Amino acid sequence: MLETIGIDSVDELFEQIPAGVRLGRSLDLEPALSESELVAHLTELASRNLDTGRELSFLGAGIYDHYVPAVVDAVLARGEFLTAYTPYQPEMSQGVLQAIFEYQTAICELTGMDVSNASGYDGTTVAADACYVAKHATGRSKVVLAETVNPQVRQVVKTYAPGFGLDVVEVPHRNGTIDPDELQAAASDAACVIFQQPNFFGCLEPAPDLAAAAGDAGALAVAHVDPVSLGVLEAPGAYGCALAIGEGQSAGNYQSYGGPHYGFFAARSEFIRRMPGRISGETVDSNGERGFVLTLQTREQHIRREKATSNITTNQTLLALAGLVHLSWLGPQGLRELGETCLALSHYAKERLSEAGLELVFPDKATFKEFAVRAGRPAKDAIRSARSNGVHPGYALGRDHAGLDDALLVAVSERRTTEEIDRLVEVLTA
Amino acid sequence: MKLVYEKSKPGRRASSLPKHDLPTPEIPDELRRSSPPRLPEISEPELVRHFTALADRTFGVDTGFYPLGSCTMKHNPRVNERVVSLPGFRDLHPLQEEDASQGALELMWRLQEILAEIVGLPAVSLQPAAGSQGELTGLLLMRAYFSDRGEGEQRREIVIPDTAHGTNPASVTMAGYELVGVKTDPRGNVDLDDLRGKVGPQTAGLMLTNPSTLGLFDEGIEEITRIFHEAGALMYYDGANLNAICGISRPGDFGFDIVHFNLHKTFSQPHGGGGPGGGPIAVRERLEPFLPVPAVVRDGEAFRLDYERPKSIGKVRGFCGPFGVFVRSYAYIRSFGPALKEMSEVAVLNANYMLALLKDAYELPFDRLCMHEFVLSGRRLKREHGVTTLDVAKRLMDYGFHPPTIYFPLIVPEALMIEPTETEAKETLDAFAEAMLAIVREAAEAPELLKEAPHARPVKRLDEVRAAKNPIVRYRFEEHEQPHAAGEPRQLEAQKGA
Repeated sequence: MLETIGIDSVDELFEQIPAGVRLGRSLDLEPALSESELVAHLTELASRNLDTGRELSFLGAGIYDHYVPAVVDAVLARGEFLTAYTPYQPEMSQGVLQAIFEYQTAICELTGMDVSNASGYDGTTVAADACYVAKHATGRSKVVLAETVNPQVRQVVKTYAPGFGLDVVEVPHRNGTIDPDELQAAASDAACVIFQQPNFFGCLEPAPDLAAAAGDAGALAVAHVDPVSLGVLEAPGAYGCALAIGEGQSAGNYQSYGGPHYGFFAARSEFIRRMPGRISGETVDSNGERGFVLTLQTREQHIRREKATSNITTNQTLLALAGLVHLSWLGPQGLRELGETCLALSHYAKERLSEAGLELVFPDKATFKEFAVRAGRPAKDAIRSARSNGVHPGYALGRDHAGLDDALLVAVSERRTTEEIDRLVEVLTA
Repeated sequence: MKLVYEKSKPGRRASSLPKHDLPTPEIPDELRRSSPPRLPEISEPELVRHFTALADRTFGVDTGFYPLGSCTMKHNPRVNERVVSLPGFRDLHPLQEEDASQGALELMWRLQEILAEIVGLPAVSLQPAAGSQGELTGLLLMRAYFSDRGEGEQRREIVIPDTAHGTNPASVTMAGYELVGVKTDPRGNVDLDDLRGKVGPQTAGLMLTNPSTLGLFDEGIEEITRIFHEAGALMYYDGANLNAICGISRPGDFGFDIVHFNLHKTFSQPHGGGGPGGGPIAVRERLEPFLPVPAVVRDGEAFRLDYERPKSIGKVRGFCGPFGVFVRSYAYIRSFGPALKEMSEVAVLNANYMLALLKDAYELPFDRLCMHEFVLSGRRLKREHGVTTLDVAKRLMDYGFHPPTIYFPLIVPEALMIEPTETEAKETLDAFAEAMLAIVREAAEAPELLKEAPHARPVKRLDEVRAAKNPIVRYRFEEHEQPHAAGEPRQLEAQKGA
């Protein structure tokens, strides 16, 4: 090979690098591990994590211990999906392009929207994307966030805001949910309003009223929704939202210490040319046969550069594919049953905890799979004591909400049993 | 092939869910789902067959050679998939207490240390989800840094060469900066005369990919650094092409203040048909206070998350970032150790070997040795035979190869950007080069063979113009328009890849 190139040594290949900026020593890294040593090392690291198979967990707050069906693993293990790049050459990538088209359809069906992109990074960054779309669609630069939106989502929007030239306003909750009148007042001159359904406390917002309040103020209504709730809860498109976004992890992804997962971004058709990210579209080939391509690429950074609707290139396609497989496994009936199971089990947990003398933080609010309960002592103490009995009772709300230092956010997925919930009650009241 | 929705039959399902005898609480009428989502209704056997058929219609690195320039389509070792599936990683909740996630925290801390050593910068945040988010994070760091120094109003411009990936200018706009373009000189380096006139007290920073998207290491890098640092500006290194220089040269040593990594390129996170990726950033000491929270820190023998960073720009993504990507990349790097240098050496060797085989048959706009990739021009084929680079790309498919990146970088007409990577055998490189040479002969002898290519894929060329003019981006069930034959398919001669 060196002879073909016309050089005598590999070092000559690097002579274009000025001598002054060459490293001139070995990297100071630990020696290479063989495959079996590598597995042993990572197994040891993994063993020092208490996963939800080793500790009974009621943690949620955005990431949930839902069951991931075996077909998801089987499909994602296919090397063609795993090792393909973004489908720039459609004749090589019809499978992944069709899968994205089917995913977009599933997200549109769940949310009641006309168009979905191929995925965003996660449930936080799609909220920033929504603000960017809303700013350009309305010419306004204020965005309104409900305080009941996941704090991490709000933090990410605030991080992006200076670059986007946005002013962020937050509307406080009243007894666990947002007041539509207060929201409407805050939304005057706003580009968009983002609220979450079910909200961070697990409560059901008066979502149709919030969407109407945003609309009346001339702001785009953006619903941040949980995909597994949408078999039982109304679709944002049905109550007038302009955009529907969310964290996809609940549908098809493992918890994986927070990622990689997928964020979804869906919109009414009028926003199609302002969408961030990849979109797969149907067309025909020269024989008139159906095929799929990445479409509307003039929105995107590789064509439009500084005038692009977003800088996103790499997205979360494989995780979105997992979502599609999971939703196809569930079907409409399975999705509804999953939602009903979460509702019933979490309601059982609320009742049992109340009977045992613990106070719900927002007792008159309907919830879906998560709720806030007062532990009767600082939540961090309750967590410590429950964990010493093998149960993680939930998230300490005081970490980001003043005045809720004694409150736990308890998530109950379909994987929890009534016996496990009884155990939770037992350790929290011990 | 039918859509999964077209295989749907009412009442069929693959799922089984736990049964219980609890009452289901009522949802208030106005919040209850009024009509069910039309998800597929399909049995598990049909579901598996459907996605198997889709996989069969997808070409990955596992299928064959995939020399997509700037994308680093190397082999993805399967041991990484094994370790990422360990329940201690896969089923770990991101809000698990620190005492019960020490293994995850240690892995992240170790990866930070490794990445810092590879690029020669001391502080790392793993949080950004992909390269372009790393870019935006880096630019937001610049904003915060200059704002903290009282220079925020003054420094409004980011300088970017004309060879840059489209993400760079797009990130500049998203960060609220103004773009200043700079030209490339006849050797493929940044044009220093052009640059000198464009850098001053108004400059916040430079974004540079080095080696550039031409596959060339910028020979004037020391002078570039001097110009920016004398102007008090910062330098951002786009790590898309880091696969060329691991263990050989470090961006921190040649003056860069901020670097992003593409874990899905250099460190073998599988590309997954478009993602996930990982875009950690490394920075110099003076920028560390501004990094995203939480920071992963070591306290004696224990590891913890530090949120107490008052100057931090905040969060750019949920939790600590795409943890599963960290597991794979950490495993990948540990399987090399200091021999990462050999990874880069072979990547550069493979690229130069293939360049030597092809440069006479195609045009080489910058006649130098290359780094890990190179850019050819198909201009002569177009002029002499009316055959475009798009035709060459489509014809390569018939030979069983994924095409290279085409029509990028923008400054090379009819560009073909080829990155073989270090994981390809010489026989594969030879076979690809033979196909490229055969295509040159075909262009002269039977150009229609190229213009009608591909001949051996599940679909023929697709009508991209139609897809963009009349976007059909979801299935519409009963109202879905049946596709019908159009005239000639029209492709866009636009960048595909990178």
